[in-house]
Amino acid sequence: MLQGIAFYLLAATAVVSGLLVVTARNPVHSVLYLILAFFSAAGLFVLLGAEFLAMLLVVVYVGAVAVLFLFVVMMLDVDFLKLREGYAKYLPIGGLIAVVLLIEMIVVSSAVIQGGATAGLTGPGAPDPDMSNVEAIGRVLYTDYIYFFQAAGIVLLIAMIGAITLTLRHKPHIKRQDISNQVNRSAAKAMEIKSVQTGQGVSPEELL
Amino acid sequence: MDIGLIHYLSVAAILFTIGVFGIFVNRKNVIIILMSIELILLAVNINFVAFSTYLNDISGQIMAMFVLTVAAAEAAVGLAVLVTFFRNRGDIAVDDASVMKG
Repeated sequence: MLQGIAFYLLAATAVVSGLLVVTARNPVHSVLYLILAFFSAAGLFVLLGAEFLAMLLVVVYVGAVAVLFLFVVMMLDVDFLKLREGYAKYLPIGGLIAVVLLIEMIVVSSAVIQGGATAGLTGPGAPDPDMSNVEAIGRVLYTDYIYFFQAAGIVLLIAMIGAITLTLRHKPHIKRQDISNQVNRSAAKAMEIKSVQTGQGVSPEELL
Repeated sequence: MDIGLIHYLSVAAILFTIGVFGIFVNRKNVIIILMSIELILLAVNINFVAFSTYLNDISGQIMAMFVLTVAAAEAAVGLAVLVTFFRNRGDIAVDDASVMKG
């Protein structure tokens, strides 16, 4: 009973805030609704018994991705109302395709539940009482999926390098430290020994 | 009030549809399009986790984790491209972004 209430509450919040993400006039509000949608989805994950992924969703999405979105939305000086042009134009076709897509997916889901791999399942499988969700994931992730795990790390590394190289800007006329130039500097390049006649000194032209 | 697999799949289907709908109606605003893609990936993750729980197979949650990784990378690179685009053009309207056509 309580689980049902929690499910419907979280599901309704996720769906409504998802809808508000795409319809809100102000993109800052969109980002905040996105955070709410992710939070509700994390609640659904907890209901499903995937606590680790729920926490990951909160940390990664709410903590990193949504804040990144918020930064970009607030940083860019864009007339967002102008970007809403064509909203009404695409509304009918978008709505039509959305309804068709939704019906298709619900039909396929129902069909899978009746005759697919999950046919006859009445409830979720019982989790192993000796093992927490995190432990179960860790046992599989670092053995069977170790190469995928490493590949995910490479994907993140490449994304990081890509994001930095895309946004890094070298402004001209700014003096920076050039380390290779410093290291390659030798005594022979840096100075010259001249023998100076006693009593005559050196004229500035000779030094250059 | 018995919650079965179909309930979770329905929520995921609705969220996925909202994401696709968002891409359709906000064709000019790249930021909203990126957020719609995040919603779509979230719907996929809900499907993965729901099946993982109901089939009692932890692999679904591992896959959801990888989807999460790719989504985070995609958001970072997408927003970086957006910032660069804005610096070069002073606007983020994507229908202007056809300069690479040739």
